[in-house]
Amino acid sequence: MAYGFATIYWRDMIRFIRFKTLLFASLLQPALWLAFFGIAMASNFDRLLAGAPVIPGVRVIGYLTFMGAGIIAMTTLFTSLFGGIVILFDKNWGLMREILASPMNRNHIIFGIGLSGITKSFIQAIIIMVFGLMLGAGFFVGYTPVQTVFSILGILAFVGMFALGFLFLSAAIAISMESPEGLQGVITLLTMPIFFASNALYPIDAFPEFLKVMSTYNPMTYLINGIRYFAIGPDFMAIGKHYSYTTGDILVSYLGLIVFTVLMFILAWWRFKKAIVT
Amino acid sequence: MPDQSDDTDVIIRVNNLEHSYGSFKAVDGISFTVKKGEIFSFLGPNGAGKSTAINLLITLLTLQKGEAWVAGYNVADDPQKVRESIGIVFQDITLDRDMTVWEILEFHGRLYNMPREPRRKRIEELLQLVELGGKRDERVKNLSGGMKRRLEVARGLMTRPKVLFLDEPTIGLDPQTRMKMWDYIRDVNSTGTTVFLTTHYMDEADHLSDRISIIDNGKIIITGTTWGLKNSLGRDHIYLETSDNERAIRSLRDLPAAGEIRAKTKGFNVPVTIDGTKALPGILDILRREGIEVTTINIHKPTMDDVFVFYTGKEFRDDPGARGSDINARQSGRRGG
Repeated sequence: MAYGFATIYWRDMIRFIRFKTLLFASLLQPALWLAFFGIAMASNFDRLLAGAPVIPGVRVIGYLTFMGAGIIAMTTLFTSLFGGIVILFDKNWGLMREILASPMNRNHIIFGIGLSGITKSFIQAIIIMVFGLMLGAGFFVGYTPVQTVFSILGILAFVGMFALGFLFLSAAIAISMESPEGLQGVITLLTMPIFFASNALYPIDAFPEFLKVMSTYNPMTYLINGIRYFAIGPDFMAIGKHYSYTTGDILVSYLGLIVFTVLMFILAWWRFKKAIVT
Repeated sequence: MPDQSDDTDVIIRVNNLEHSYGSFKAVDGISFTVKKGEIFSFLGPNGAGKSTAINLLITLLTLQKGEAWVAGYNVADDPQKVRESIGIVFQDITLDRDMTVWEILEFHGRLYNMPREPRRKRIEELLQLVELGGKRDERVKNLSGGMKRRLEVARGLMTRPKVLFLDEPTIGLDPQTRMKMWDYIRDVNSTGTTVFLTTHYMDEADHLSDRISIIDNGKIIITGTTWGLKNSLGRDHIYLETSDNERAIRSLRDLPAAGEIRAKTKGFNVPVTIDGTKALPGILDILRREGIEVTTINIHKPTMDDVFVFYTGKEFRDDPGARGSDINARQSGRRGG
């Protein structure tokens, strides 16, 4: 049963490609965020911060570049948290019974859904990067082609680990819930603090203490650190603040994501083991 | 713990199984065995506990009380091994509306880890069998109800399991397709697959099964071979309608050849232990002497209906008129019979 997850993956990708409207919307949505919210905010921030002091020798980046990383993270968060919803539909339509009564190890359901979620997130992340570059985001500035490829792989490694963690969480919630409305409610409740208590749209240094603690241990913040490190560089200024990442910082962030993902897998594994679907 | 019985002929063994939903006891202490290679049926009305019993055996429900072994594996301790040994056709439609007919079968074969070549070959065979060859690239949502059911049965037959569970396999099928399905179930059985069937159709249980358990209100009423059950009711049944049924039943009570006489809606049934044509003149003599006029006579071998009525003490609850609501129940929710 070593390839059971591939079967689940195959089916989920069929569904992803088959629903043309959903496919189109999911690809267009992040681009629209960047186009409307990004440009609107960037024009304001860049005007306000025009006279701010700069540290000599440190690159100053525009707001669009800064929040572009946040939009990649946000899109990954939303896509992943809603990625498990297919499990709830399968459960309610009786389709899950076929799978649960089959000899396939239940962990493969979780892995299959995880893998298809990662694929979707990769596609979206690449679209945002391309679109961001078209709008003038300063990603990969001064990189050689080899460095650019390496950086994209780095970003995808962060996006993939983060997506996997939240897909596990989503799967755990979905298998435990009865109604799609309930699931939607729970997920919306989760996205708010995770998204806003992070460094996606603004620096976290000026936050009140408890928000700062929340943000520091937020997987979203780890992901954004990683994306900025690879897309912009280890040393830059944005919104009047100096950002510098050491390789160690980035490794710690990635380790944080791994720990989060492992914890979420254990949660999903436990929920699936207990799942009764008739 | 493994099935420690010495009886290697037994493929399903159930000891004192109980299952409740809240305070409702859906399965109430059933015990039975299924022998290797036979077709075994649970016959009973909707809500008798048949599906709950199946869900317990196929490991979708956790055991609350009692023990069960399927294919030599304990259902509670070795669910994985049990799942590897069985195939299932569910009572409800459990098809992804947005996948094509071919994809449904391909997905199932891959779930059960069938190698590519035999998998593809089996899909073609089954598409021919259930006459969906022309619909292979059609999405499920565009199929009629009967086609969906045929596809589900085909799916259950994809893997040739040790035990095939069929929960009401021919619900919603037209008579022709039903017969064909019965033939195929027998074919599968003849290749060595044990078949466990639930049904509320008397004729289905009668035609297909080697042995039947009649189940009602969560309990097994009686288990036996089809002919054994029917013979237990006497050799022939003589059905009579008369001018005064009550008095007629009383006057025939002492008839030496008669078993227990049962009143029906318009007449009554007299089971006899000798050839019905030989018993009839004596019965008519008695009634003539009592001055009771006979309006209808019918001699028949005991049917499964007779068996069911005899052992449960009631007419079958699920008349054809009730079948419409049955189909509705399948679509809205689950946990049927």
